[in-house]
Amino acid sequence: MMPQALLEHGFLLAGALFALGLIGVMVRRNILFILLSIEIMLNASGLAFVAAGARWGQPDGQVMFIFILAMAAAEVSVGLALVIRLYHVFKSLDADCASRMKG
Amino acid sequence: MPELLWLIPALPLLGFIVLVAAGSRLSRRTVAIVGTGSVGIAAALSIFLGTGFLAYPPLSHHYSQTLWTWIDLGDFRPSISFYLDPLSLVMVFVVTVVGFLIHLYSTEFMSEEEGYSRFFAYMNLFVGSMLILVLADNLLLLYLGWEGVGLCSYLLIGFWYKDTANGKAAMKAFIVTRIGDTAMAVGLFLIFVNLRTLNIQEVMQKALQSWPESSALAVAAAALLLGGALGKSAQLPLQTWLPDAMAGPTPVSALIHAATMVTAGVYLIARTNVLFTLAPVVQEAVAIIGALTLLLAGFSALTQHDIKRVLAYSTISQIGYMFLALGVGAWSAAIFHFMTHAFFKALLFLGAGSVILALEDEHNMFKMGGLRTELPVTFRTFLIGAASLSALPLVTAGFYSKDLIIWSSWSSDKGGPLLWAAGFAGALLTSLYTFRMVFLTFFGEKKGVVNKRPGIRMKIPLVILAALSIVGGFVELPRTLGNFPAFSGFLNTVLPPVETAHGDLSLEAIMQIGASLLSILGIYAAYILFLKRRRYTEELGIVPISQAIHRFWFSGWGFDWLYDRLFVRPFFWAARINRDDFIDLIYAGVAWYNRFLHRALSLTQSGRIRWYAAGITLGAIITIGIAVIL
Amino acid sequence: MNITFYLTAVVAVISTFMVITRRNAVHALLYLVVSLLSVALIFLILGAPFIAALEVIIYAGAIMVLFVFVIMMLNLGPQSVAQEGQLLSPGIWVGPVILTALLSGELLYVLLRTPGRVFNITTVSPKLVGMALMGPYVLGVELASMLLLAGLVGAYHLGRKDRSDGGAS
Repeated sequence: MMPQALLEHGFLLAGALFALGLIGVMVRRNILFILLSIEIMLNASGLAFVAAGARWGQPDGQVMFIFILAMAAAEVSVGLALVIRLYHVFKSLDADCASRMKG
Repeated sequence: MPELLWLIPALPLLGFIVLVAAGSRLSRRTVAIVGTGSVGIAAALSIFLGTGFLAYPPLSHHYSQTLWTWIDLGDFRPSISFYLDPLSLVMVFVVTVVGFLIHLYSTEFMSEEEGYSRFFAYMNLFVGSMLILVLADNLLLLYLGWEGVGLCSYLLIGFWYKDTANGKAAMKAFIVTRIGDTAMAVGLFLIFVNLRTLNIQEVMQKALQSWPESSALAVAAAALLLGGALGKSAQLPLQTWLPDAMAGPTPVSALIHAATMVTAGVYLIARTNVLFTLAPVVQEAVAIIGALTLLLAGFSALTQHDIKRVLAYSTISQIGYMFLALGVGAWSAAIFHFMTHAFFKALLFLGAGSVILALEDEHNMFKMGGLRTELPVTFRTFLIGAASLSALPLVTAGFYSKDLIIWSSWSSDKGGPLLWAAGFAGALLTSLYTFRMVFLTFFGEKKGVVNKRPGIRMKIPLVILAALSIVGGFVELPRTLGNFPAFSGFLNTVLPPVETAHGDLSLEAIMQIGASLLSILGIYAAYILFLKRRRYTEELGIVPISQAIHRFWFSGWGFDWLYDRLFVRPFFWAARINRDDFIDLIYAGVAWYNRFLHRALSLTQSGRIRWYAAGITLGAIITIGIAVIL
Repeated sequence: MNITFYLTAVVAVISTFMVITRRNAVHALLYLVVSLLSVALIFLILGAPFIAALEVIIYAGAIMVLFVFVIMMLNLGPQSVAQEGQLLSPGIWVGPVILTALLSGELLYVLLRTPGRVFNITTVSPKLVGMALMGPYVLGVELASMLLLAGLVGAYHLGRKDRSDGGAS
C-alpha cells in the first residue's frame, strides 16, 4: 500500500511556519533576527510548493523550491553584508536606528 | 467682377498676417506700404465693385458670395459668405476709403512712435474685421466681425500700454461694450432658437411670417440687438467708454471711435430693420435714446478742455442723431448721416491730430490758439469739417444729412414734436461746441510754439476728406432744394422709405431755414462767447451754480460717478465680503484634506521596517479577505 | 508514516517558535537549524528526497554557516543579549500576533472550506527534477544564476572595508 498524506496538513504546517516567521519579522528589532525570520518564511513557502508538487507527483514544486533556495542564498548574502555595514555605522543591530528615510 | 468681393476683407487680413508674422523684421517703409497698400487696394476694389454695382445693378439687388461652410452642426450651418447690397456697399465704401486715408495719414503721424508695425497690424485687422462685419450675410459672421473690431478697439486704445491709464481706458471700453455684446449674443441665441436660422435675409423673412407685430419674441429680439448696438455705438446708458477711448493714438480715434466702428450699431439696426419695425416699442426706445444721447453728449462737449474729448462727445451726439433717425424709421437718413459723419468726423480728428502733433502732445484747447496762420492747411480743412459738423447750410454735407434727420423726426409717423425739438436744439449745441473748439484752437492769441508741420502724407487725407465733407452731401438733396433723392433711392431696395405723416413742403422749408439760422446762431454765439467777449464766459465761470453745472457736464453728466457708485463699488464691496467665499472654502477644504492625507501618509513612512512589514501584512489580509469573501 | 509527519511538524513549529523568541542570536540560529532539519524530514516524507538533501546541505549547512560567520564577525557579547531583552518588551507582541492571527484565520478558512484531499505519495526522483530544471525551466535557471551573481557582486560591494561611509554616518 502506498503511503498516503493529507495535502491540507502540509499546507497547514507551511502556514504555521510562515505565520511564525511573519511574527518574527514584525516583532524583532534586531536585524539579524529579522533576516532569520525571513528565512523561516521563505522556507515555509518552499514547503507549500513541495507539498503541492507532491500532490500531483510532479517535479515542478521541487523546481520552485530550488529557485527559492537560490533566491534565499542571494538575499542572505546581500542582507548579511548590509548587517555588517549597519553595525559599522551605528554600532548596533537595531533596525530602527536606520530610520533616516522617514517622511 | 463681383467674384472679387472676398478680396476686400481678405486683403487687410492678409496685411495683418504679414505684419504680425514679419513686422518686426521689416523696415518702416515696408510696413507702411504693406499696411496702407492692403487697405488701399481694398478701397480701389470697393470703388470698382461699387461703380459696377451702380452701372449694372444685379436683378435681385444684391450680390452674395459663399466661400465655405463655417460650422456644420445639424441644421445649424452658418457659412463664411458675403452679402453685398446697397447698404453694405455704402458701408464698405466708407470703411475702405476713409480707412485708407487714415492709414496714409498714420504713416506720417506715427512715424516717430515705437511699435509702428504693431500699429499697422492692428489697424489692418480692424479694417478686415469691420469689412467682415458689414459684408456678413449671417448674424454669426457679423458677430465675429463685431467682436473683432471690439478687440482691435481694445488693443489700439491701449496702444501706449506703458501708461497704466491707457490700459485702464482700454479695459473700460472692452468691459462696457461687453455688456452690450452679451445682450446681442443672447439675442442671436433667441433668434436662432425661434427661427432656426441666422442668415440675415432669412431671419427677416421668417420674422415677418412667424412673429406678429409687438409680439413678445420680436420685442425681446429687437431689444437684445439694441443692447449690442448701444454698447458698440456708445449710446445711453453705455456711452461712458468712448470719451476715455481717446487715450489711443489720434488716427485710431478717427477711424475706430468716430468714423466706422462706433457706427456698427447703426448698421446693425438698419440691417435688421424688419425686427425693429415688428417691435415699435423698441424702435421708439431707439429714437428716445438717440434724442437723449445727442443732447446730453452735446452739453458735455460744450465743457471739455481736451480737444479730442470734445470730438468724442460730439461723436456720441452725432450717433445719437443717427439713432434718432433709425427710431423714427428714417433708415436711409441714418446711413446718410453715417456717411457724411464718417467724412467730417475723421477729418476733424485728423486735423486735431495735426494740431496735437504740432504742439507736442498738447490736448488742452485753452493752451492752444492762433494756429490759423501757423497751420494753414490744417486750419482750412478743419474749418470745413467744423462747418459740416455744424450743418452750415447749403454748402456742407452735414447740412443735408442732419437736416434730413431733423425733418424726418417731425414728419415721420413715428416722430413727434419732442423728438424734433431735441434734434433741433442739438443743432444749436453742435454748432456752439464745434466753433468753440475752432475759435479756441485756431483764433485768438498764440499760446504754443509749433514744432512740427504736417507733411504731404498728412495733408492729402485732410484735403480729400475736406472735399468729401462738402460734396458728400450732394447725393441727396431735399425736396426744397432740387429734390434729388439719389442716396435714399439707391438704398430703398434694402431700407424701406420713411413713412411720412405730415409732409408739408412749406413746413419743411421753414424748418430748414430755422435749422440753418440756428446753426449760424450757434456759430455766432461761439464767436461772441469764446473769441470776442471772453469775459462773459469767465464771469459765468465764477458763479457757483454755473460752476456746478460745468463740473456736472464736464464729467459727462456724472455717469461715471453713478456707475462707480452703482456697479463698481458694490462689486468691489461684494468681492471684499466674499473674499473667503463659499466656493473658495470648498477648494480650501480640498487643499486641507490633501494636506491631511499627506501628513497621514508621511506618518506611515516611519523608516521602521517592522511597520512596513505590518503594512504589507495588513494589505495581504485585506486582499485575501476580499478574494475569500467574493 | 503519518505519526512521523505530525511529530516532525510539532518539532518544526516549536523550534521555529523558539527561533523568534530567543535573545541570544546563536541560540536562535541553532533552533533554526533544528527547524530546517525537521522540514527536511517532512520533504523526505512528501517524497522529495533531493529537496530534503538540498535543505540540509544548503539551508541548514551553507546559509546557516553564513549567519554564524556574521555573528562571529560582529563579536556579539553578553551585553547584546541584555540589549535584546530591552528591545523585546511584552507589549510589542500584541499587534503582530493579532495581524498574523487574522491572516492565519483567512488561510485556515480557505484550506478547511473544502474537504481534505488524501493522495498517494510517489517519490519524485532527482532525475525527474533535473530534467524539469534543464527542460521547461531552463530560463528560470539562467535567471537564478544571474540573481546569484548579482547577490555576489552586491555582497562584495557592501562588504568592502575601504568604502567611505560619508553618506550613512
